[in-house]
Amino acid sequence: MIGLDHYLVLAAALFCIGFVGAVVKRNAIAVLMGVELMLNAVNLNLVAFDRFGVHVVPLGQSFAVFIIAVAAAEVAVALAIILTLYRRRSNTRVDDLDMLKW
Amino acid sequence: MDFSAIRLELVAALIALGLLVFGLLTPRGKREVIGYIAAAAFLGLLALSFLAPGGGGSFQGGLYLDDPLSLFFKRLFITAAFLVSLMSLRFAKSLEESRSEFFSLLGFSLVGMMMLASANDFVSLYIGLELMSLPLVILTAYDRTSGKSTEAGTKYILLSAISSAVLLFGLSLLFGATGSFSYSDTLKALGSVADDPLVVIGSIMVVAGFAFKISAVPFHMWSPDIYEGAPAPVAAFLAVGSKAAGFAALIRLLLFALPASSGDFPLLILSLSVLSMVVGNLIALPQTNMKRLLAYSSIAHAGYILLGLVAASTAGVAAMLYYLVLYLFANVGIFAALSAFGEAGGSSEISSLKGMWKRSPFMAASLLVCLLSLAGIPPAAGFIGKFYLLAEVARQGKLWLAALALVMSVVSISYYISVIRVIVMEKAEDESRIRVSLANKAILAVSVLVTLGMGVFPAPITEWTRAIAGSIVR
Repeated sequence: MIGLDHYLVLAAALFCIGFVGAVVKRNAIAVLMGVELMLNAVNLNLVAFDRFGVHVVPLGQSFAVFIIAVAAAEVAVALAIILTLYRRRSNTRVDDLDMLKW
Repeated sequence: MDFSAIRLELVAALIALGLLVFGLLTPRGKREVIGYIAAAAFLGLLALSFLAPGGGGSFQGGLYLDDPLSLFFKRLFITAAFLVSLMSLRFAKSLEESRSEFFSLLGFSLVGMMMLASANDFVSLYIGLELMSLPLVILTAYDRTSGKSTEAGTKYILLSAISSAVLLFGLSLLFGATGSFSYSDTLKALGSVADDPLVVIGSIMVVAGFAFKISAVPFHMWSPDIYEGAPAPVAAFLAVGSKAAGFAALIRLLLFALPASSGDFPLLILSLSVLSMVVGNLIALPQTNMKRLLAYSSIAHAGYILLGLVAASTAGVAAMLYYLVLYLFANVGIFAALSAFGEAGGSSEISSLKGMWKRSPFMAASLLVCLLSLAGIPPAAGFIGKFYLLAEVARQGKLWLAALALVMSVVSISYYISVIRVIVMEKAEDESRIRVSLANKAILAVSVLVTLGMGVFPAPITEWTRAIAGSIVR
């Protein structure tokens, strides 16, 4: 029988994979993909808590919808900026972002 | 439905949308006028916040709260948006395209900050946070001719996306433990499950997300790069607006939703504060770029302001509010001078400020007052602000903490003074006069007046912040 714990473990694993991906990946697009995994882990958590909780109103599900919408806006902004970056340097490696440092 | 509790937000959103439409309707050659309209609209909004501040109470069943604390912060944000839009007039003129969107984005970010100050529920908190950050990211990357600006924008969006994902994961865990997103229900539910690992991990992640916004150590790495790369007016808005909004949300979160005074929470806030003061001030010492210096000084100031949350008392919160006001005017003054200097062809390297005293006495004098305020030297306001914070921490028996803050503050004087030395003592190679635009002169004059006024006559604002803090801290 699949219960709440299974979902939480899956979400935690997704979150960790996403976080590691966002931190170690060299390509800005791949970093964004890592962030998306982290956000989906959050959504999974919210929906699972909703399904196995005793709430009258599906609060978690509605918050998940908010997160999906805001994440789309975030990705749109991020991709636009990464595109500008690509036009200047013809690559999107985050290692090359070294004009600003002390 | 009664919309009076969100009157100011509605008007701010209308201003932002109006500027967007207006920009499309105006012919290309005449778009310079939009900056003046934006500044006038923000000034009008500030007037509205004093004349008809909204109905008070809550909106949508406590999703959103209109109380003295949120009103205080909203006035702070609107003032910042007004001063920053004045500061950006010249910058916007230098842009080849999309001038009108610049001010519109400023307005949207303002709405986000106002939401953040009023949020009384995790959902409105998150929406406010993103509504504030996304326009700020676009503004940071606005100068497409500069590689630094694009680079700063990329760094900002990637790091801010990661930090908000961490914050959200924390929120989802808290939701699992309490079954609610509203602050009051969370506080009630946490009374019984405060030691639940879900709650502990969840609240740490939420606090980490906000520590990123206020750039407290160890979540500070982004701010020096972004301050340096962003256009000067945007950096000013980030430094004062985004940081104050982070504190607004954090105050409400820690006093109303998470049990700030129980468990290991005080230790968490205490270590953020101590680390920020020590690391921020020490790394600021060797800086050679004025904007990076200000970034590290803003990290250190986040540490000082957090002392008020360590105290978590009426006097502590009042001291935070007082400090945020003086911090706003000191920073806006410095950034206005930097942006005026940049318009005259100067760079943001500290060495290029040489001989400023000869080149523009007014600008040099205002920079001097604002820097002294940040350093905490009387008669500027910074001294009074630090005194309130340290006195409250010491009164609660944490003498070592007050002593540490004092020592770090003395350390900080050395780098502020070294900038002042360059401005006043060293001779410039190029002794031509710097022309400061009228808008920048006005910003500098206001900053200096408020900074000195708050330092010499602290009573009115002290009374005001005490009354606000007294109305929310039990």
